[in-house]
Amino acid sequence: MEFTLLILLLPIVLFLILGLAGHKMKPLFAGLVGTLGMLTITVLAYFTAYKYFFVEGKVGGVFQELIPFSFEWLRFTDNLHIDLGILLDPISVMMLVVITTVSLMVHIYSLAYMQGEKGFQRYFAYLSLFSFSMLGLVVATNIFQMYIFWELVGVSSYLLIGFYYTKPSAVSASKKAFIVTRFADLGFLLGILVLSYYTGTFDFGQLTADHASLVVNSTAGASFMGLSIASLAMALIFMGGAGKSAMFPLHIWLPDAMEGPTPVSALIHAATMVVAGVYLVARLFPVYFFAAPDILNMIAYIGAFTAIFAALIAITQTDIKRVLAFSTISQIAYMMVALGVSGYGDHDGLGYMASMFHLFTHAFFKALLFLGAGSVIHAVHSNEMKDMGNLRKFMPITHITFLIACLSIAGIPPFSGFFSKDEILAAAFHHDKFLFASLWIVAGLTAFYMFRLYFNIFWGKTKEYAGAHKPHESPWQMSFPLLFLAFLSIVTGFIPFSSFVSTDNIGFDAHIDWSIAASGIGVALLGIAGAVVLYMKGGDKPAELAKSFGGFYTATLNKFYLDEVWMFITKSIIFKWICMPIAWFDKNVIDAAFDALASITQKIAYAIRGFQSGQIQFYAWVFVVGTLAIATYALLNE
Amino acid sequence: MNNILSSFILVPLLMMLVLFFCKNMQQVRSTMVSGASILLLLTAYLSYMFVQERAISSEEMLFVSNTMWYPSLNIQYSVGVDGISILMIILTSVIIFTGVFSSWNMDMAKEYFLWYCLLAIGVYGFFISLDLFTMFLFYELALIPMYLLIGVWGTGKKEYSAMKLTLMLMGGSAFLLIGILGIYYTSGHTSMNILELANMHIPIEQQYWIFPATFLGFGVLGALFPFHTWSPDGHASAPTAVSMLHAGVLMKLGGYGCFRVAINLMPEAAQELSWIFLILTGISVVYGALSAVVQTDLKYINAYSSVSHCGLVLFALLMLNKTAMTGAVLQMLSHGLMTALFFALIGLIYGRTHTRDIRQMGGLMKIMPFASVCYVIAGLASLGLPSLSGFVAEMTIFVGSFQHDDMFRRVLTVAATCSIVITAVYILRTVGKILYGPVLDESHLKLSDATWYEKVSAVSLIVCIVAIGIYPSVFFNLIGDSLAPIISRLSIL
Repeated sequence: MEFTLLILLLPIVLFLILGLAGHKMKPLFAGLVGTLGMLTITVLAYFTAYKYFFVEGKVGGVFQELIPFSFEWLRFTDNLHIDLGILLDPISVMMLVVITTVSLMVHIYSLAYMQGEKGFQRYFAYLSLFSFSMLGLVVATNIFQMYIFWELVGVSSYLLIGFYYTKPSAVSASKKAFIVTRFADLGFLLGILVLSYYTGTFDFGQLTADHASLVVNSTAGASFMGLSIASLAMALIFMGGAGKSAMFPLHIWLPDAMEGPTPVSALIHAATMVVAGVYLVARLFPVYFFAAPDILNMIAYIGAFTAIFAALIAITQTDIKRVLAFSTISQIAYMMVALGVSGYGDHDGLGYMASMFHLFTHAFFKALLFLGAGSVIHAVHSNEMKDMGNLRKFMPITHITFLIACLSIAGIPPFSGFFSKDEILAAAFHHDKFLFASLWIVAGLTAFYMFRLYFNIFWGKTKEYAGAHKPHESPWQMSFPLLFLAFLSIVTGFIPFSSFVSTDNIGFDAHIDWSIAASGIGVALLGIAGAVVLYMKGGDKPAELAKSFGGFYTATLNKFYLDEVWMFITKSIIFKWICMPIAWFDKNVIDAAFDALASITQKIAYAIRGFQSGQIQFYAWVFVVGTLAIATYALLNE
Repeated sequence: MNNILSSFILVPLLMMLVLFFCKNMQQVRSTMVSGASILLLLTAYLSYMFVQERAISSEEMLFVSNTMWYPSLNIQYSVGVDGISILMIILTSVIIFTGVFSSWNMDMAKEYFLWYCLLAIGVYGFFISLDLFTMFLFYELALIPMYLLIGVWGTGKKEYSAMKLTLMLMGGSAFLLIGILGIYYTSGHTSMNILELANMHIPIEQQYWIFPATFLGFGVLGALFPFHTWSPDGHASAPTAVSMLHAGVLMKLGGYGCFRVAINLMPEAAQELSWIFLILTGISVVYGALSAVVQTDLKYINAYSSVSHCGLVLFALLMLNKTAMTGAVLQMLSHGLMTALFFALIGLIYGRTHTRDIRQMGGLMKIMPFASVCYVIAGLASLGLPSLSGFVAEMTIFVGSFQHDDMFRRVLTVAATCSIVITAVYILRTVGKILYGPVLDESHLKLSDATWYEKVSAVSLIVCIVAIGIYPSVFFNLIGDSLAPIISRLSIL
């Protein structure tokens, strides 16, 4: 399987070609180079998946961890060294498929969507850089390699969010995204430091082997401020994951990240980068489960809270991309809960499997939703719902594919979201009824806000469209990805996911629990029905309803004022009360002290320079007096 | 063969000689470019020879050569290099080379470059010296041209800054001189040679005052809190290439000296007293970064950032284990390169916009894309992006420092680690303000992008930064070999 190295090498080569020579190419040529390169990578990834799942990967009924390539990049100490390599196991191979598929679709889509934009070549260079970083992240053989690519992913996200760099909102959004995730990554780094100090390794294989016995044994008995070391380390590492995966309260960067071009949102902020945190927890799942079960439980509760919190906000947003952004936060939180409630081994590991399953299906239908939204924005030149309406008449393909995605995310069979969501609900039900109830409510809310979005865009009244031209269906470069992803949103649910992905890499049979499924479908239908009543025809009903909620409505509309809280902490507290005083102190205390020292020296010099008067009589007098004094002293001591 | 090291002093001397006969700008430039290129080639040759020699020799220092020049005190001109000095020489040569291109259009170029060469002699001499007295001599030799270069060719309140910088650094060298004399007398009046001194035992009571004196003396140049305030004013007033050399190389004299003299010769005191300086350097790291967040002058931002990054160098040295110390040396290299890149670009921007106030610029990416992209790369290196040098250096330091069993050092490490977030804040703030966003000043629209000589300067630095970031293990090996003797001395304690 050595050819998998090409999956990493090709995108970085593409990045270098497009980044260094792109501006000399014709835009379309650069775009085609990027897209064809990505097509090659996708074919390689599919081939890897085929070889891994059906030919080489399974030995004796167990999926093996294959490392077709690895070399030592940097040796810190005798034990600790960073290797760069490729790890193939069910989840990494699954991620390869997800990333390359969505990335390829976004490449094709961008050929039309970004046409005529300044910096078209730069855009494709960034996409290649992102693909490289994300692919490197998922195949990481050790936690430090993951951290390296994690940072690279962060910077590519920064560059892409800030793609329209002359727009101040895009610049500040990119800055915010980077700094918030950097803050979270600090936790990740400290977690790595703590974990590696005790275990003496960065390697995923060693950390997770034998029920994470290495971590359990090496940290046994050690604790810090009442928390066991293993829990502390894993909580810190989760902080990194929570940053990238936009868990409360570190989610604030994701909605703003929608300032980037829409295809970028589809790729990075829906399907791939934002699930990196879920992937991180999944990668270290045995460590969480055996060494830090308390943190795993905490993850479940943070996830459940975030899921509800984000779903509530999604209901009131009016910018269609922001609705999708909050929906993404909510759905990722779903995956986190699934990991949090999971057990280990065979059918107990249902939650783990369900989480990965949902990650898989969600990637496709959420990318589809974003690309559909992009198609709509492309047609009406606005992000706001109020500028849209009745678009199904003008954009049939976008309409049908968007509907498929909505049904899928709402969890209506036979669309893919139903299958993965049902497994999550089942896993939660068997673990904790409270978590189950939360997720169940979120399922209803999800169906409601998604169909609110759908009806507001595609039904209701025809609006006066900007530019005095009728909205039209997008070109084939944009429709094709929509259709392809819609196709995936229909079929991926039928993949027997549990026979490929499981906690112990031995497949198991997960069957649909129809009583839970029925309750899930029921609440989804309820949500859809609500949306039908309120939004299908348009009118004043939603506004009246909003009014009846009063302050709560305003609070959700303003995203529960979390942005303001963060703004207050950073701007008022850190900037005004920490940085400013320090700078002041430096200038007016430390520096002033040295200046004072200098001027005192100068003053003394002025004061005593009178002694050097140049008068011989004075010198002679001092000479005589001095000689006498010394002589007297010498005589007295005789 | 043994004279290869002395040629690093001879070549700049020859350059000065040739400069005297230069009649016009053209000749001055060609002298400087060819001289700097020769130095670069010599460095490459030296590094190659060093690697060859290292493979067969187990000596601590290679290419050693001694010449007596003051017999009554046994002061010798004694030179030799190990892997760390080699890296410092590489850094110096790269920065001198790029600095020439960054001072392409200087007024009074001949005089300027004369001092520039003298500065180079001081720096090279310092890095190759094995004799404490000679080392001190070169150290002082490097400081004096600085005064004139800033005072004459600088901008803003240059006289004040030049005076402040010189006085504070001279104050530091006063401590240093006392320390050196202390070493000489307590070790038995026989030698000033570092290699010999390292094997003699300085009584522990004496170490208790000599170590702080020498560490402080060098620490002032390494921007040790609270003796760092010469740095912001000095950098802000200095001309571009002088800032580059100063932050890029001269501040490394501090770190290198702390390592070679203070820690190497007095390992016991270093171990006992490191906690005091760990606290001070820990403050430097965080405090420098926090101060940088609110600055509005590009050079001040970079100067405070240097306080933070150089603080990390001393911080890591004081951790006294192999990994952290390796990281410290890498950080010296990395900081030298990226900060030189920063100053080169700031000089470029300032030369065109005539302002360094970040509030008066915007959208430069559109106007000078080449320079802006380089600035972003420098910024990313500074905030520790993997694949650039900053990441390797910082991670090595953090991992190394965290290997201590005691809570004190680990807590300090955690505190120092926080700087990676603060660094991101001030870097992105600057980049966002000056490069992105709409063009603030209409008159900036007709400014030109980097010229060829500015491109040479920036690209050479970026190549080095990327090289360290992508292939660090070769540097690791060089440093690791050279650290072995000091590590073994530390481990028997």
